[in-house]
Amino acid sequence: MTYEISHLRALESEAIHVIREVAAELERAVLLFSGGKDSAVLLHLARKAFHPGGLPFPVMHVDTGHNFPEVIEYRDRLVDEMGARLIVASVQDSIDNGRVTEESGPRASRNRLQSVTLLDAIEEHGFRAAFGGARRDEERARAKERILSFRDDFGQWDPKGQRPELWNIYNGFVKPGEHVRVFPLSNWTELDVWQYIAEEKLELPNIYFAHEREVFERDGMLYAVSDFVELLPGEEPFKKWVRFRTVGDMSCTGAVASEAKTLPDVVAEIAATRVTERGETRADDRISEAAMEDRKKEGYF
Amino acid sequence: MATPGAATNGKPTTTRTSELVRFATAGSVDDGKSTLIGRLLYDTKSIFEDQLEHVEETSKRRGDGYVNLALLTDGLRAEREQGITIDVAYRYFHTPRRKFIIADTPGHEQYTRNMVTGASTADLALVLVDARKGVLEQSHRHAFIASLLRIPHLVVCVNKMDLVDWDQEVFDRITADFTGWAAKLDIQDVTFIPVSALHGDNVVDRSENMPWYQGPSLLYHLEHVHVASDRNLQDARFPVQWVTRPMSDELHDYRGYAGEVASGVFRTGDEVVVLPSGRTSRIAGIDTFDGEIDEAYPPLSVTLRLEDEIDVSRGDMICRPANRPKEARDIDAMVCWMSERPLSPSGRYRIKHTSRTALARVEQLTYRIDVNSLHRDEDAEGLELNEIGKLRLRLSAPLLVDEYRRNRATGSFVLIDESTNDTVGAGMVL
Repeated sequence: MTYEISHLRALESEAIHVIREVAAELERAVLLFSGGKDSAVLLHLARKAFHPGGLPFPVMHVDTGHNFPEVIEYRDRLVDEMGARLIVASVQDSIDNGRVTEESGPRASRNRLQSVTLLDAIEEHGFRAAFGGARRDEERARAKERILSFRDDFGQWDPKGQRPELWNIYNGFVKPGEHVRVFPLSNWTELDVWQYIAEEKLELPNIYFAHEREVFERDGMLYAVSDFVELLPGEEPFKKWVRFRTVGDMSCTGAVASEAKTLPDVVAEIAATRVTERGETRADDRISEAAMEDRKKEGYF
Repeated sequence: MATPGAATNGKPTTTRTSELVRFATAGSVDDGKSTLIGRLLYDTKSIFEDQLEHVEETSKRRGDGYVNLALLTDGLRAEREQGITIDVAYRYFHTPRRKFIIADTPGHEQYTRNMVTGASTADLALVLVDARKGVLEQSHRHAFIASLLRIPHLVVCVNKMDLVDWDQEVFDRITADFTGWAAKLDIQDVTFIPVSALHGDNVVDRSENMPWYQGPSLLYHLEHVHVASDRNLQDARFPVQWVTRPMSDELHDYRGYAGEVASGVFRTGDEVVVLPSGRTSRIAGIDTFDGEIDEAYPPLSVTLRLEDEIDVSRGDMICRPANRPKEARDIDAMVCWMSERPLSPSGRYRIKHTSRTALARVEQLTYRIDVNSLHRDEDAEGLELNEIGKLRLRLSAPLLVDEYRRNRATGSFVLIDESTNDTVGAGMVL
């Protein structure tokens, strides 16, 4: 008997270990759930960690108000099925009560405003730990981030002052006002996530699979036509078979041309792809070389 | 080949099984480490087009004069500005056989703590030696850290062989030098590979320029080195992380102990002892979300149920009655200091070990070790950032420890500053 373990089981086990450790050591935790594939895997792992008990923490969606309707429907159904408690932190509320100012124009996005809404919600509920589905393979600044990532009382990330993280021992000590972001999927790649979804037969919002949709092209990317985006002169909507590789705010998430209608099709497509998911589909990372690092310092996911 | 796993409840999976292997690389700016990693990623098709375009553009703008693959791994603005790696960067690639996690760490002495961090979880360490320069002080330091952290496999890549005319004598001399040094250390498995990272010789494919070399390419070695047997499967240790008590109507009496198997194998029916209470019972069942399994082994996360209702809480350890860890109030340990604030000789710190936290007082700094020469300074009065020494610690409550050399999971701990909450020390029990 060699007691072999596949890489997906090893990653699963590591994530469950992290989730249990944080739930045990930090009194108020919350799981950030966007309805995207990574947060779907994260929620599934959290469920596994405490089975047959329920989740010992609530689930929170930072809602930009610019959502794909399919994703909201999926979110509500999943949370209801699990009997989890859902908190919705609304960017619209932050705008209405003057905490942030809405951007205007055809390229307006609420992406960056989310950080304020998120930090306000963390403070309001007194959360000491917030689980997120970010992965280190997504982006260069994230490649350097710890699994337990400390945030000071302004919600800031200090990339040069990170706590060393050794073995599987995590330091979650925080003072009042401070918190940690926890990334149990740190060591997963996009392909790992898809293979795991296929192996576990997880349900996802249907926009992850190829469907015909009205889109327009901007800066070499395809965007869904919606009430949240103004078209620029010369941008003409057209119909195309697409799917989404990432799910975020409708105003900054691009679609990819795809015929992949089933999970095995998507896994095969991801295994053969030559472009990263954020490079292909996220306008928010195209602003500058250190766009993610800058947003993370401000308290972004 | 399908492997029975917790989530499939022993049933074969449809996905092909591949094994997870973690390795750490240490090297400085000039020895070609980034080029080697870039080459591994590039030749295994793990670099995406947009990443490569980005690196090409940035290299051009900076006037590097070549495609600087180091830019792939330097993730922070400060690193790109200064052209140095200051922190551990994690990189991922896979082949049909294995998924690899690279902990890419800077090699300079002022980043010893980053090297130690990357080494702590590694199955294998990759050390680079410049063929023109031979075995330098830094190679000594890298080998010492690999042995201190008990990385089971060491690979020495003798790089830039193209610049020494692919000369076998150069390679043999470096191999002999390094082996001589390694004999002073506790290293189980060393492999030497002559490479040219720039040209790709012996990185993924065997080199045609060095017919005298009969061994495997680096990637072949990484894919085939046997790591599964490095786990400790003898000493059953299960640190309890969480007590599962659903209290629902149908599961009113359910009580399970959730954790990750640190070492050894647990089977249903096994007689076990819970420490520190010393109460004994038997394993009634091993639960996972996907159903019950018959046995649990490292690193599976599972939930154990016991036959008897005994008091078990987080921080306790479940093991076998005839094979127990040491219950220690005083421990001797090698500690790497990780903070700008030096270790104070009678300082008090939090100590976190498995799922248990206590307080530790420094009773004695037995010696400080010079990481380059291995010289022991018994008159040392403290440890500065990046320094390593042997400490005697007095604990506020007993910890359940094994020697680190026998058990990485139950022999490791971190020290945490009580006022700043920073992680300030990494310890290995002697």
